[in-house]
Amino acid sequence: MTNQGPRARASRVGQGSEHDHRSPLSIHDMTVAYDRKPVLWDVDLDVPAGQLVCIVGPNGAGKSTLLKACLDLVPKVSGDIRFWGKGISRQRGKVAYVPQRESVDWDFPVNALDVVAMGTYGKLGWFKPVGTKQRKAAREALDRVGLQDLMDRQISQLSGGQQQRVFLARALVQNPDLYLMDEPFASVDASTEQAILDVMRQLREAGRTVVCVHHDLQTVRESFDWVVMLNMRVVAAGPVEEIFTIENLKRTYGGRLTLLDQAAMALGRAHQAGERV
Amino acid sequence: MTWMWGVDDWIIILGVMAALACAIPGTFLLLRGMSMMGDAISHAVLPGIAIGFLISGTRDSSWMFIGAAVAGVCAAVLTQVLHRFGRLERGAAMGVIFTTFFAVGLVLLVQTADHVDLDPNCVLYGAIELAPIDLVTIAGLDMPRSFPVLVVICILNLGLLLLLYKELKICSFDPAMARASGVNVTLVNQIHMIMTAATCVACFEVVGSILVVALLVVPAAAARLMSDRLPIVLILSLVIGSIAASLGHLAAINVPGWFGDVPETSTAGMMAVMTGVLFLLAWLLAPRHGLFTQILHRWRLRIRIASEDALGLVFRSIENDSGMTRIDIRRTIVSFTEVGVVIAWIAVRRIRRDGLIDLKDNRCVLTEEGYRRASELIRSHRLWEAWLWQHADLAADHVHGQAMRLEHVTDRSMREKLAAQIDATGIDPHGRPIPSSNPVGDGGPERSRP
Repeated sequence: MTNQGPRARASRVGQGSEHDHRSPLSIHDMTVAYDRKPVLWDVDLDVPAGQLVCIVGPNGAGKSTLLKACLDLVPKVSGDIRFWGKGISRQRGKVAYVPQRESVDWDFPVNALDVVAMGTYGKLGWFKPVGTKQRKAAREALDRVGLQDLMDRQISQLSGGQQQRVFLARALVQNPDLYLMDEPFASVDASTEQAILDVMRQLREAGRTVVCVHHDLQTVRESFDWVVMLNMRVVAAGPVEEIFTIENLKRTYGGRLTLLDQAAMALGRAHQAGERV
Repeated sequence: MTWMWGVDDWIIILGVMAALACAIPGTFLLLRGMSMMGDAISHAVLPGIAIGFLISGTRDSSWMFIGAAVAGVCAAVLTQVLHRFGRLERGAAMGVIFTTFFAVGLVLLVQTADHVDLDPNCVLYGAIELAPIDLVTIAGLDMPRSFPVLVVICILNLGLLLLLYKELKICSFDPAMARASGVNVTLVNQIHMIMTAATCVACFEVVGSILVVALLVVPAAAARLMSDRLPIVLILSLVIGSIAASLGHLAAINVPGWFGDVPETSTAGMMAVMTGVLFLLAWLLAPRHGLFTQILHRWRLRIRIASEDALGLVFRSIENDSGMTRIDIRRTIVSFTEVGVVIAWIAVRRIRRDGLIDLKDNRCVLTEEGYRRASELIRSHRLWEAWLWQHADLAADHVHGQAMRLEHVTDRSMREKLAAQIDATGIDPHGRPIPSSNPVGDGGPERSRP
């Protein structure tokens, strides 16, 4: 893979018009800075529809910021973001955001069902209270992530993995076409990881697109279809089997890629090669 | 002092209404971790109030309200600006803005007081004692001038709470997700801040701009300790605030009498003290987060564990034919575990009372139920020992202590999982037999009785 490979691909997809109208998320020339210090530089990206996409990169690479900037949660210096060819304000109903688990106060006096029901607020609009219909939808979403028995639990009484699943259920209730998730697999137990993966695969079957900030390089190959490798700028982006290479990882992580990660990568590729034979 | 109708009843009504009005924005301030914002706003409205006086020249509340609301919003916005662009930590930004506003307000107020009939002390500490004298007539009824103001603010806050309940909830819990799903978080926050500022102004005549923060935050903090459900927390903070206000006035008229010649004390001050007292009670006695409950919980757990240890000891003593008296068991528990004499005594008494052990020639023997329970326990213990020895590479003389802890949290399904994973020799690393999963079926307690 050469330097220009993924970038060239990204711009080819967007040829003709500025943005690809089929792409659920299309980013053009986006720069984000905190206190004038740039965090993301000149990001161009067209996320393909109906795929499980992960964003990987070292700490401070701007992975979370990328999601937040797309949703207008942090100010941008420049850049044009389109969801299916339109601005975010017209597409909020079709996009769900799952923030990092640490970003909220889990001592807040609400139970799991209350939190999941928050997914219905956007569509309900001002003043209208949560009704039977919304509560039913919330219960069904909790069912899908396997937490139906814990819906009355105050949220601090849930394990980290269960809290993460509550967040996923809240996104499911919104019934969006695009999921933007910030580290959904961060410090969760094995059963939660499997439950989240299962739901994500169901979503892909249903033609939905999922974009995850991800930190575990070893599961990229088995869990995702498409990968964005980010370190302040997009180092590479494309289908996992083409793009997720040791060379690109080295370029993304600089010297910070640990020996262990490299070994795991090599093992993963050996496995895949073995399967193909 | 004695109760005076037409004075003391009005004072309590006004105090309770101020507490009700404060509890609503106060609860959300607390939940958003912005309790000090309440303090900041209650101080920052001061210049607004003073300017209101200067412009109108009277104590007419409408001008004060406008001035205070403008000042409150300015302070909130300036704090944000300073935080974001001045690169100042939020608490420091608040400190800078609200002390400056407060100082300006104080200077203006002293200036104003020369021209208008206004006592700066009233603004700072409240003048609830004087409220029943300062009457207005509305619809043919005499009432304290602050009464209609408080009625309006109570209705306004309650109305906003009912209308914007879910918006306030989501913006307090997860503002990023709220914004992403299309909720106008900025607007909701501004409404909340204006609500807080308006409440501070409405209440400042009653409890003063300094003590209003006690009514904003302390009842909410106490309520939060009492419940884990937001609607209940809101209702409790209304109730706790009202009780504190009522008790505060009762204390203000009664407590000075206890100290002989003290003529009077500040009702507003007493109200704030009472919120503190109620908070202390909540902290001690709350159902789940209370100190007392937690201590009780810990004791119960210790007694349960000590009882199980005692039962296990009886089992072991029968197993090696030593036969122990109750005193032996208590001594052994005290010397080999961390519990004290009292808990050991309670534990032995409890297993006897529950019919798990009997006495035969003053030595402890197991009843049928006791034998069943003790075998389960010993089975857990020895399964753990075997498992730790075989799978966790612990030395045989190290596994006892670990198993001692784990046996108390092992249920039937975990026991069967352990049993499936260890070699089926039926003995533990110390060579003693592991009781079967159906102990009563293979011989019953008689087999083990001395």
